Amino acid sequence: MTQEIFEITENRLIARDIYRLHLLGSTAAMSAQGQFVNIRLDGKFLRRPISVCCYDHESVTLIYKTVGAGTRQLAAMRAGEKLDMLVGLGNGFDVSKSGTSPLLIGGGVGAAPMYGLCRELVAQGKSVIVALGFNSAEESYYIDEFASAGAQVLLATVDGSAGVRGFVTKAMEALEYSYFYACGPMPMLEAVNSAVNTDGQFSFEERMGCGFGACMGCSCKTLTGSKRICRDGPVLEKGEILWPTHE
Amino acid sequence: MADTRVNLAGLDLDNPVIPASGTFGFGHEFSELYDLNILGSIALKGTTREPRFGNPTPRIAECTAGMINSVGLQNPGIEHVIAHELPELSKVFHKKVIANIGGFSVEEFTYCCALADRQEQIGIIELNISCPNLHCGGMNFAAAPDSAREVVTAVRKVTTKPLFVKLSPNVTDITEIARACENAGADGICLINTLLGMRIDLRRQKPVIANKMGGFSGPAIFPVALRAVYQVYEAVSVPLIGVGGISGAEDVIEMMLAGASAVEVGAANLVQPYVCKDIIESLPHVMDSYGIGSLREIIGKAH
Ligand SMILES: Cc1cc2nc3c(=O)[nH]c(=O)nc-3n(C[C@H](O)[C@H](O)[C@H](O)COP(=O)(O)OP(=O)(O)OC[C@H]3O[C@@H](n4cnc5c(N)ncnc54)[C@H](O)[C@@H]3O)c2cc1C
Ligand SMILES: Cc1cc2nc3c(=O)[nH]c(=O)nc-3n(C[C@H](O)[C@H](O)[C@H](O)COP(=O)(O)O)c2cc1C
Ligand code: FES
Repeated sequence: MTQEIFEITENRLIARDIYRLHLLGSTAAMSAQGQFVNIRLDGKFLRRPISVCCYDHESVTLIYKTVGAGTRQLAAMRAGEKLDMLVGLGNGFDVSKSGTSPLLIGGGVGAAPMYGLCRELVAQGKSVIVALGFNSAEESYYIDEFASAGAQVLLATVDGSAGVRGFVTKAMEALEYSYFYACGPMPMLEAVNSAVNTDGQFSFEERMGCGFGACMGCSCKTLTGSKRICRDGPVLEKGEILWPTHE
Repeated sequence: MADTRVNLAGLDLDNPVIPASGTFGFGHEFSELYDLNILGSIALKGTTREPRFGNPTPRIAECTAGMINSVGLQNPGIEHVIAHELPELSKVFHKKVIANIGGFSVEEFTYCCALADRQEQIGIIELNISCPNLHCGGMNFAAAPDSAREVVTAVRKVTTKPLFVKLSPNVTDITEIARACENAGADGICLINTLLGMRIDLRRQKPVIANKMGGFSGPAIFPVALRAVYQVYEAVSVPLIGVGGISGAEDVIEMMLAGASAVEVGAANLVQPYVCKDIIESLPHVMDSYGIGSLREIIGKAH
């Protein structure tokens, strides 16, 4: 992890309530797709964790949804303004396990980290399938970008305004794949867990105090012991996850 | 040349800046960021007899100028801390540390402190008595002079190391608790632990924290901590560690003027990971700007 000052080069609405933020700064501490950054915002005590959508040696792209005061404040920032971020946080996805035809599953804003992962796997010569789930066409984004990155894209929307009607698991029906990677809201991850037929990895969210392993604010129980979502995660392997029990 | 050295119940510190328990883990994460040896000391994560997972999540909520945590003393247990965390830390930190001991019964405190007493690396034992006493209807040990005295008296028998008692601000009169600890043999008082607080999520219309309430800390509580240090300084004669809301060198000086011999920096580490380093580096300049030659000379000067 390092603390860096990034400069905003673009902060643009790309779908309903969804923004793409392009930033210039040092990415030397980033080592894997699926890691995240923790953003300081003026007047907010805690930083805001956001997954890296993709990055290169001098820039990073984030995609975020405005849900509260912090993300709305972020949306009001303009090109040229600076952001104080902790970068290179979390473990990220392990691409070595993907096999030849990995399936990438992204729901809502959880589709964002799949983009960098998709590009990396395509670059390794894998035939990548991407299943995306959104509430509606208005909230969907990056469908063309995934396709131009070289993936086969499957789409589902809850209201049926684009792709098949239903949850992302609908778009995955009868697919063949070697491994999977999934990111999205908790109910989606649970549905994916019941739908998949291979091993894979899930990326989780939790409320964070620090984002780098110091406070034990984000711990979760797994079959391999207690893990900090911010440091030992956010990516966990399917085989170690203890899913919440619903009464 | 500004002199930042202080003495804490016999322990010499290069400067009064100590990361507070629970906000610095066992040092590992921060050792990747800067050389920990610049610190006065380090207060380790609260440690109990048994390993503890802690409370359910969400454990963290944001507040204006602060945060609430309900980590619930997650820690690997005293045996693991002694066998693994202390040796690991000794590779990167060559000064004495402050062991923060938690407990849910008097026996748990004495068990842990007897083990901590045998560790060369531990310079001070800090008792976190803001835990519910499971043998006494769950009442907090720090809530009344009698229960505080009971723990300190028992622990005093098992250790000769400097013993600091960390007090909770969630009491009517913190000075009577501090006096009870001093009378029971404490070598110093550390104040304050977090304030009990809560937040409600407007969207879900339910508490943000799974345990509903948690410990409020951060810059917002600085005046409360300062007031506690000021009051307790007049009530006892043992040295004090001031903790609560410190995030800059000016706060350190203010806390020492109120009566603290050293300070701990808590929540600020979580959001500004270099904050202790920044404070230590700016302290001499800030001292100069207020005409302070030696920090030892300003302790309690506001009285
Ligand atoms: C590892 C990780 C990666 C994430 N990646 C993305 C991403 O790529 N794009 C995106 O839009 N969102 C992402 N999130 C969620 C994002 O952090 C929250 O939406 C954001 O913090 C909300 O801040 P706010 O001030 O707008 O909301 P508020 O509700 O006002 O925030 C109040 C507090 O709660 C925290 N909080 C609220 N919602 C969440 C949440 N879902 N997860 C964690 N903390 C939360 C905030 O950080 C803040 O401390 C990620 C979360 C985590 C943990
Ligand atoms: C995440 C977190 C964990 C904490 N854990 C402990 C602990 O284990 N033992 C303890 O005595 N105090 C613990 N504290 C309290 C701090 O050490 C400190 O007393 C308090 O936070 C006030 O200081 P601050 O305002 O600088 O954070 C914790 C605080 C936080 C924020
Ligand atoms: S958020 Fe602090 S340990 Fe994960």
